[in-house]
Amino acid sequence: MPRLIWLSVVAAIAIAYPLLLSSPFQQRLGALVLLYAIAASAWNIVGGYAGQVSVGHVVFFGCGAYAAMGSYAKFGLSPLFGIPGGIVLAVGLAAIIGVPTLRLSGHYFSMATIAVAETMRLIVTNTDWLGAAVGLSGPTVPRNIFDLSFLSALPYYYLFLAILAITLLITWWMTNSRMGFYLRAIKDSERAARSLGAPASRTKLYAYMLSAALTSVAGALYAMMFGFVDPESGFGILISVKILIMAALGGAGLLFGPLVGAAILVPLEEISNSWLGGKGAGLTFVLYGAIIVLIARFQPGGLLSLFTRRSKPTKDTGAGHAP
Amino acid sequence: MSFVLVQVIVGGLLLGAVYALFSSGLTLVWGMMNIVNFAHGDFVMLGMYVAYVVYTLMGGGPILGAPLATLVLATVGVVVYFALIRDIMKGPMLAQILGTFGLALLLRYSVFWWFGANFLSMPPNIVGGTYAFAGLRIEASRLLAGVVALLVTLGLHLLLTRTSLGSKMLAVAEDQTAAQLMGIRPDTMQAIAWAIAAGATGLAGALIANFFYIVPTVGETLGIVAFVTVSLGGFGSVPGALVAGLLIGVIESLSGYLIGAIYKDIVVYVLFLLFLWFRPQGLMGKT
Repeated sequence: MPRLIWLSVVAAIAIAYPLLLSSPFQQRLGALVLLYAIAASAWNIVGGYAGQVSVGHVVFFGCGAYAAMGSYAKFGLSPLFGIPGGIVLAVGLAAIIGVPTLRLSGHYFSMATIAVAETMRLIVTNTDWLGAAVGLSGPTVPRNIFDLSFLSALPYYYLFLAILAITLLITWWMTNSRMGFYLRAIKDSERAARSLGAPASRTKLYAYMLSAALTSVAGALYAMMFGFVDPESGFGILISVKILIMAALGGAGLLFGPLVGAAILVPLEEISNSWLGGKGAGLTFVLYGAIIVLIARFQPGGLLSLFTRRSKPTKDTGAGHAP
Repeated sequence: MSFVLVQVIVGGLLLGAVYALFSSGLTLVWGMMNIVNFAHGDFVMLGMYVAYVVYTLMGGGPILGAPLATLVLATVGVVVYFALIRDIMKGPMLAQILGTFGLALLLRYSVFWWFGANFLSMPPNIVGGTYAFAGLRIEASRLLAGVVALLVTLGLHLLLTRTSLGSKMLAVAEDQTAAQLMGIRPDTMQAIAWAIAAGATGLAGALIANFFYIVPTVGETLGIVAFVTVSLGGFGSVPGALVAGLLIGVIESLSGYLIGAIYKDIVVYVLFLLFLWFRPQGLMGKT
């Protein structure tokens, strides 16, 4: 029961936030927190629950963003129509990366994700049809409500809140299903899980594809809110970094970890950007790097794991050596 | 074959030797401790900046810059080993990858913050001149880098296979407990491995700084190159890294010449993915 009470309190705060703190800056900040929480929660499915550290997760974000903007810029359709296309693209890419690498040790997977994200960034930057280095823009003036182009951040806030709720529900449902059971077993010891008949590679692949699909939705939402996407905001490694650090700081493998991480880091970045201006960009990432190192060194479970009662620390015994 | 093509291949081999040099550092650490340093490319970047500072501010040449970069990076390697790696090695995979990846960001953006995002290049004529052999024209800086890198990589192989230090390191890689019972300190050996691995990146960085573009984000590309090289060569194998490094250098410069400079990185990345699909054990690895 106390869990349900906590949950309703968090939900009530989330719903009331933009009405209580209603300046445009605060509403926009709230929407951004939710947006990054969606992306980080999606990452959490593969990075936290499946224990496969995707470092190039931005590639799916970019698929969604480019599909949404492309459906407007190339076909004159609402960006919404691009979302299914983005999901198909993301899931297909996830299969290309995941099928060979998820059989190997986790390092190959991580490195392959970086290589694919870089490849996509280079290809998109040099493809004129996709706007090359300039990128693609969405509708400047909304033609109807389906263009999802609003001046105020308030509609985005509630849209993102709904999508975040769906993402967390899917994650929660997954952890309680057979798949979540397999994932926990694989993370504890892949060898033991395999020998008991758990389809390890396939389960990890499904988690990766699910994560890719949800990340692509986050990318589409991002592009709709900002009204454009370019190779850096669609496929730049720094977006990956933000997604990853939010999940890891809050707690990888915990349902609300990514939300906590986003609620801490998004305001921090906005503040440091407005204080330090352009010069702050480098410093923000120095800080991010330091935070990641400190988490890895002292609290790999993230901040939320300080509050959960865990008798034993998670350890990696399964992946072992490369083939 | 046209002269141009030979020229391109020779250029690729010389650059490939440098790839082999810094990749053998990655393969050494990976093979010995089963940990992948995601900051490896950024170590090379750091070596380039050390060389840049030595050449521009202190007025030294490569005779001073290369050993100094090696020394500085070897120190960085030892510090990183004791401050970070020793602890995350025993932790979960997530901590291992996050730890070195965070280190990469920390190094990359500290340099970015200090030196700015602009492309820097060495003052001209640090290693000047061009040699001509039988119609081939080779810049002195590239020739120096290639030859030194090749010699040092071979030396590293001899160090690991022919000396007692190498045998001790191999023993630790094989079985830590057994090595400890023989009176070898795993901690010391692993710290030495990090010093060698990082020192190799420092030297490689100082060598390519003479003709490469110097920019804080160069470490990302070089890190992937090192990873691809090690995957192709089989992890833990310095000769494998040498062959794979030379091969990647040639493939990169051939594709840069034949398809276009912007596609040379793409070719290497796609090749890497194809290898993961069809031959994940690498060129020389055993299943």
